[in-house]
Amino acid sequence: MTKIANKEPYQQAYYPPAPTGFTRFMRTCVLWQIWRFIVINVKMLKLMANSH
Amino acid sequence: MSKIVILGAGISGHTVARYLNKWVGNQHQIVVVSPNAKWNWIPSNIWVGVGQMTEDDVTFDLAKVYKKTNVDFRQAKALSIHPEGDADSASPFVTIEYTLPSKQGQQEKIAYDYLVNATGPKLNFGATEGLGPDHGHTVSVCTASHAIEANHKLQETVEALRRGETKTLVIGTGHGMCTCQGAAFEYIYNVDHILREAGVRDRARIVWISNEYELGDFGMGGVHITRGGYVTNGKTFAESLMVERGIEWIIRAAVKKVEAGKIHYETLDGTMHELEFDFSMLIPPFAGVGLKAFDKAGEDITANLFLANGFMKVDGDYTARPYAEWSANDWPKTYQNPTYGNMFAVGIAFAPPHLISKPMTSASGTPINPAPPRTGMPSAAMAIAVAKSIRDMLNGSDKPTHTASMAKMGAACVASTGSHLLRGTAATMTVFPVVPDYEKYPEYGRDMNLTFGEIGLAGHWMKSMLHYTFIYQAKMRPGWSLLPD
Repeated sequence: MTKIANKEPYQQAYYPPAPTGFTRFMRTCVLWQIWRFIVINVKMLKLMANSH
Repeated sequence: MSKIVILGAGISGHTVARYLNKWVGNQHQIVVVSPNAKWNWIPSNIWVGVGQMTEDDVTFDLAKVYKKTNVDFRQAKALSIHPEGDADSASPFVTIEYTLPSKQGQQEKIAYDYLVNATGPKLNFGATEGLGPDHGHTVSVCTASHAIEANHKLQETVEALRRGETKTLVIGTGHGMCTCQGAAFEYIYNVDHILREAGVRDRARIVWISNEYELGDFGMGGVHITRGGYVTNGKTFAESLMVERGIEWIIRAAVKKVEAGKIHYETLDGTMHELEFDFSMLIPPFAGVGLKAFDKAGEDITANLFLANGFMKVDGDYTARPYAEWSANDWPKTYQNPTYGNMFAVGIAFAPPHLISKPMTSASGTPINPAPPRTGMPSAAMAIAVAKSIRDMLNGSDKPTHTASMAKMGAACVASTGSHLLRGTAATMTVFPVVPDYEKYPEYGRDMNLTFGEIGLAGHWMKSMLHYTFIYQAKMRPGWSLLPD
């Protein structure tokens, strides 16, 4: 049986947050993303209204 | 009848031309001078660079579009500006040299009443030895033709990976003073996406290299967003994206030299390093296009009109001050040249008063910091403000009537991280204002209600929608002026 090595800590990839499976699922969940598409559009329109 | 000459037909120049044609095209003469025959929606070049779009998808013939309008299009490059005329003529004029094949090399003087410099950047590959597709060893996605070549080399790399070889791909910035990290940021994720779709990602090492102090700086000094109950710096999300996709990163790096298969770079601590690669896309630094200026007596006044980097001085405060004393008020508002009131500069062509990110210099004196971004949405906003000001000045106003300071406007950036109708994603980011204003927003320099970011499929749909919308608008199809810029 192969001995499993300890995962190396204190490396570049050790610190940043990693998305959970649920977060990754929601990123491409069509229904949720249709809602986010509307939200993003509204946010951008608000941004443009404040810029001009 | 007055004559307005616009130098450049990129995002900002073409925007000025569209609106002036709409508002004053019947009463006044509008001339557009551009060395390129085609308009290019540059944000989509990254998709050409991975083979998911063609050159025709991101470009169109300018002459064909301007033919439908009152705009007189000259396919030529501007050589010099004579804001006081010369010994033969009291009228200000520009000299141009045609790049149109049938008139190649012919020079001409074009008189103007108003001049808009929207010449964009010179892609200064020469600033780093061995950088760039023409005389170097790296590829670029800064133009559609560069992106085609990038894709050609990327597909060769994919084929080699399919054969079982292992390859190192390095993507990022090719100089210590680059801007436009966003294009490289999008490209690295699209390359990652392509390799995953091809089933060869496990044999590729992908490395990001940039002049940012921290990931997610983007030349704007980074950004804070509210997420998950915390106000978090964009660095966290940028690093998370890299880790999630198994991408390594090197930051605080100035690429000093590129040899075939080897990048030499210096880091902020002054040490030199080497990085071997099989495929590399590195963004070049930008400079002004090298326009000259002469007074009535023929004396060279280039240094009066332009900063040393070749960008045109406008109404910004160019007084050299330490970082702690920089202010949002330093940034230009009307984009009018302070010496010649009938001259404006927009888009990348105007000279920023200073960086947005904090200046950093390596132990051996190499500046390693991103230059300020001024493309996309800000570029169009300042173009519209200048077009409105010129319209009003033509109607009798004695000074510009509209402003578009980057310290008072927001910007939206949709950065593709993989193109697919159902599996694609993009990071959507908005910042308000682009230049932090710590007097108005003491804590983070920005309005936290208007500054946000998220990643998902909706972002990809947004990016695709913007692609088709902006090309439709730029082609001046029916109703174009109703669409947001």
